[in-house]
Amino acid sequence: MRARAERGATFLAVLGVLWGAWEGWRWIGTHFHLTWPFTVNDTTMPHLHRIVQALFQPAQVNGPSLLHILLNASAFTAKEAVLGFVLGAVGGFAIAVVLSQSRFLERGVIPYVVASQTIPLLAIAPMVIVGLESKFGGTLAAWECVSVLAAYLTFFPVTINALRGLQSADPQAVELMRSYAAGRWRILWKLQAPASLPYLFSAFRIAAPLAIVGAIISEPSASIQGGLGGAIVNFNQYYSIEPQELWATNVISALLGIVFFLVVVVAERTIVRRAPENVA
Amino acid sequence: MTVVELKGVSKEFHGGTVALQGIDLDVEPREFVSLIGPSGCGKSTLLRIIGDLIAPTAGTATVNGKSAESARRDRDYGIVFQQAVLYDWRTVGKNIELPLELLGWDRKRRKARVAEMLELVELGGFEGHHPWQLSGGMQQRVAIARALSFQPALLLMDEPFGALDEMTRERLNSELLSIWAETESTVVFVTHSIPEAVFLSTRVVVMSARPGRIAEVIDIDLPQPRTGAVREDARFFELVTSVREALIRGGVEI
Repeated sequence: MRARAERGATFLAVLGVLWGAWEGWRWIGTHFHLTWPFTVNDTTMPHLHRIVQALFQPAQVNGPSLLHILLNASAFTAKEAVLGFVLGAVGGFAIAVVLSQSRFLERGVIPYVVASQTIPLLAIAPMVIVGLESKFGGTLAAWECVSVLAAYLTFFPVTINALRGLQSADPQAVELMRSYAAGRWRILWKLQAPASLPYLFSAFRIAAPLAIVGAIISEPSASIQGGLGGAIVNFNQYYSIEPQELWATNVISALLGIVFFLVVVVAERTIVRRAPENVA
Repeated sequence: MTVVELKGVSKEFHGGTVALQGIDLDVEPREFVSLIGPSGCGKSTLLRIIGDLIAPTAGTATVNGKSAESARRDRDYGIVFQQAVLYDWRTVGKNIELPLELLGWDRKRRKARVAEMLELVELGGFEGHHPWQLSGGMQQRVAIARALSFQPALLLMDEPFGALDEMTRERLNSELLSIWAETESTVVFVTHSIPEAVFLSTRVVVMSARPGRIAEVIDIDLPQPRTGAVREDARFFELVTSVREALIRGGVEI
């Protein structure tokens, strides 16, 4: 309980310092007319309280508040990201399981897994969306195509870490399984898979926020306007007039990412039972 | 029927290291045979050949009258390593259940056996604990319970008490002897402790290194059942001395 209070206090203190740094730099920049590294003014660095204020004001005359719009957009993007995360996690783990069965396969395929991540999502988004729509146009919604793109981003850390985790089982533990005449699949499910869990959750911590980034980036390609990606494109256009609205959108996106991360952390605490010193 | 029969067993590792050369050894039912020797004499390798965890380069290993591989497939032996090798994500009870799960026992039968085994290794009440909550000695007792849970007639032990302190080791030695008597099993035990080998065994196989060979076999004629008092017996010291001398004759510098 006390540790929790301390952590909360630390969080607030860091928030305060960051807030102070932002406003401090803003003050110095406007006071001394700094032009390096960038000109500081209301457009480049709006007051933080103006960003917070913007959340509670209508984005359009007589419309709902910006917060209301962004929460709806977050819910939409979260839906895409959750499906994308699940697809990426399951697919990524499945790839790792296959690769863990043979050194030859691992050496041959891993370079392509790595190469897949050097292609920007923006470059493959149209192919995936057009491809999926021409094949499953009637059955697959646009947001589901976005999930597939988010999965493309999330499978990578899962595959890499799961592979390492599956191979992390103690060699003596493998000997023990062999002494019980356990076959490859028994060893995989009774030993290697549970041994990989801490590694898997490290990957999930990275993959969860990535799923949101993937969904946001892919939304415009799928012509989706109801999500955070749509909101970001929209407020981009008004940035020079109302920068605080884009900033507010970014804050909400970041919060969504943090929520995803925390869900993974809580799941890890309940699922992974390890000696405190053995948690990867 | 002879439990373990080794005929001309040799093992050469990649790179040409000869770990074992021409090992002939028979272990009869209810024997407690210790393999002792300097590090590098291949005693652990020999144990793994009996368990079909490593294949010999030459010679044959027969367990219960069949090839070591068939014996492993039939789960004819239980094995205990120097490290307890318990699964962190399983409780003590679930660790003991592991081989029973693989054998396809139903839940009720598994639970009943786990309770029996915990009783046998004097760990009643620890079923729900996780391995990291136990001391090293308790972890090793769980490993022994796991190895014996499916009642194999042969128990292979690779320096099981090597990582424990002297007092715990002596206590577990006595416990192991009573478990051995109770389960009527045959034990092949690897150790580098002379008093441990003498205290536990019916026969001590002294090995020499480079290449690993059997130097001498010494019968331990101490009366059964043995208690801690045996350690203060004059005959015990005589036998410790003869094992030590056999090791020296085999090339160990003591």
